[in-house]
Amino acid sequence: MLKHSVLAAALSAAVAAPQAYAADKKEQKELAAIRAEIREMKAAYEARLQAMEQRLQQAQSDSAAAKAQLATISGGAPSAGAGSPATSGAGAPAAAVATSATPATTASASAVATPVAPAVAAYVESPSAPVATASAGGANPASNLFNPNISMILGGTLQNLKQDPSQYRLQGFAPSGGEVGPGKRGFNLGESELTMAANIDPQFAGQLTFSLSGENEVSVEEAFIQTRAMENGLNIKAGRFLSAIGYLNGQHAHTWDFVDAPLAYQAFLGGQYKPDGVQAKWLAPLDQFLEIGAEAGSGAAFPGNDRNKNGAGAVSVFAHIGDDIGASSSYRAGLSYLHTAAEKRAYEDEGLTNNFSGKSNTWIADAIYKWAPNGNPTNTNFKLQGEYFRRKETGTLNYAVDTDAAASGDYRSVQSGWYLQGVYQFMPTWRAGLRYDRLSSGSPRIGLIDSGALAWANLPILQAYNPKRTSFMVDYSPSEFSRLRLQLARDQSRPGVTDNQIFLQYIMSLGTHAAHSF
Amino acid sequence: MKRTLKHLLIAAACVAATSAHAAVNVLACEPEWEALTTELGGDKVKVSSATNALQDPHRIEARPSLIARTRNANLLVCTGLELEVGWLPVLIQQSGNSKIAAGQPGYFEAGAFVPRLDVPGKVDRSEGDVHAAGNPHIQQNPHNIALVSVALAKRLAELDPANAAYYQARQKDFAARWDAAMLKWEKQAAPLKGVAVVEHHKNMEYLMGWLGMHQVGTLEPKPGVEPSAAHLAELLSQLQRAPAKMVIRAAYQDGRASQWLSEHAKIPAVVLPFSVGGDDKSKDLFGLFDSTVQRLMDANK
Repeated sequence: MLKHSVLAAALSAAVAAPQAYAADKKEQKELAAIRAEIREMKAAYEARLQAMEQRLQQAQSDSAAAKAQLATISGGAPSAGAGSPATSGAGAPAAAVATSATPATTASASAVATPVAPAVAAYVESPSAPVATASAGGANPASNLFNPNISMILGGTLQNLKQDPSQYRLQGFAPSGGEVGPGKRGFNLGESELTMAANIDPQFAGQLTFSLSGENEVSVEEAFIQTRAMENGLNIKAGRFLSAIGYLNGQHAHTWDFVDAPLAYQAFLGGQYKPDGVQAKWLAPLDQFLEIGAEAGSGAAFPGNDRNKNGAGAVSVFAHIGDDIGASSSYRAGLSYLHTAAEKRAYEDEGLTNNFSGKSNTWIADAIYKWAPNGNPTNTNFKLQGEYFRRKETGTLNYAVDTDAAASGDYRSVQSGWYLQGVYQFMPTWRAGLRYDRLSSGSPRIGLIDSGALAWANLPILQAYNPKRTSFMVDYSPSEFSRLRLQLARDQSRPGVTDNQIFLQYIMSLGTHAAHSF
Repeated sequence: MKRTLKHLLIAAACVAATSAHAAVNVLACEPEWEALTTELGGDKVKVSSATNALQDPHRIEARPSLIARTRNANLLVCTGLELEVGWLPVLIQQSGNSKIAAGQPGYFEAGAFVPRLDVPGKVDRSEGDVHAAGNPHIQQNPHNIALVSVALAKRLAELDPANAAYYQARQKDFAARWDAAMLKWEKQAAPLKGVAVVEHHKNMEYLMGWLGMHQVGTLEPKPGVEPSAAHLAELLSQLQRAPAKMVIRAAYQDGRASQWLSEHAKIPAVVLPFSVGGDDKSKDLFGLFDSTVQRLMDANK
């Protein structure tokens, strides 16, 4: 730079020197023009030099950053030298392979050339091998290393429903106000989920899942913290989470094998039971899997409701056992109990608002069996799962509240339901599944009807019925992150009406998605 | 009554005492690490593998039995490098066993101790199932096994200081036998240098790197994506221009694509055991490489 300025100055001086002797004005004018030109050239030259220097600096810092990134990826150490197991392991050439990802042939040359014994002898175990950090960090700049893992689920359906979905009801079951029914006709944007999860410190990890509905509503699907450093098989969770009762309840909707939840889940849990509360699980120190746990929740989730009450409004307990049967099969079975209560849990019937106050106790028995030849599910595998629900509710039914016809009486119901489904992957990426749902509403004992104050015609939704549904699906998953599904269902959830439903669905997963549970 | 109680207490104390002195309880993620742990730990360790050689280590269900075994382990010996990312985090989380969580002495990641291949500069799912930390199938190069054995012996000694000398002695013994075996394999496999092969998945890179073979194509169009008819046809026409000597796959991989290419390109399809237990001869790590080298040599005739 300096050299160039000197050169330019010398040039201009050399040009300027003879100027004094030139008497001719024209010559002077020409000289002035040349001088101006030279000045311009000089300025342009310097500007270009500066730009080049800037670019050089940029390139240098870029390559330094790239080196740092590569070092992060390959060894976790900022410099590829000291402490990196790769370097001390097989000598410098091998380390170069690790950091610069040279093609396999070079690696072979160095690996074969390096004698084994010295490599092993010279090996020094690095005191900490922070590979977990390295893999979590990937190629991110250092400032992003502590950002939570982000994953997204995108889903949508195209639905063809023979019956008007606004008329949908599960006859015999008081509406839960939750996700019941097949949804809207035509194109539907499904729930888009955004999950952020990270370890908080050595003791805790946390996760937040938003759900964005097609109706532009945001809801907190899950938001919980859980312990990481407990020993002796203990796990504690607090916040809003998918309860561990039943089998399907603990699974995110995008992992379900059918587009919609089983009827039993819709009728007894309003879709899925997600309490706000705490959960404790303990895994027994056995060779078989035996897990027991309990949850205490606010009780605001169906079948309970918000009761403006201190303490726990809902309590559940559950136990799961499981094991392998040979190399190809495994199972898990469980039993759960949910105790909660409702106060003025309202529902609409024939334009009137009725409500229920009282206790609600639900038992769930669940079992799942999975088969894959030699435990390798890549080509073919089969999954059979079923759950049985039984709910007992006792309390008071308030009829036509806030009207002149208002009346109250005892209420007692025992209702049950089950589903059984099988899903078979008959070739890589393709699966087919069949599901049968059945509910039994039973005949509730209603004081107002027993006393003759009301007739069944006044409480049409509660009239006994056994809804049933058969669903068939086939899905195609080009990768573990994408799935396309066709589902056909024949739904007889109310008397005299059969709804033939066709669903086309896509579910896609983006980002660092957490591993799926069994 | 009192006496029964006393007996019970004594029995409980005995159980507690034996469990305190019991061997290190090791859960290996893959059979090769089970075999290596057995070589180093002898009867001082109790070891089992979460997977077998006929299972795809990328795709394992977090089965209840595995959760139970994770809960009882003092040491997990896994490849790492995101190989087990689809199932191991669930096992660790659900086990409620903080001793074996990532970063703890009870979590041993073999991949951290070897030079890695195929570390991507850019990670994007459109490239298929790429591993940000590099190719995780490190057990296919015996030099890597040697490196891991040193680190693993140290880790066992750290967790079970009373038997530290035992583990070191066994490691020394193993290293001597292993070095001799490697010389033998390398001599035997010398003709394989420069041989062009087609592989099913990008899981043979370390083996090819060791023996100086090179890959000219994969049956999977992208890592983790199933072979398609279109891709195979393209591969076949490529092989007709620039032939390969053989098409290789691991024991756990489906043979159809490989057979198809073998028939059409007229090259042998080779099934490699890939891990201990992948074939009858691969009863331990020595058998694994005996068999691997033998199968490659047979196909190269």
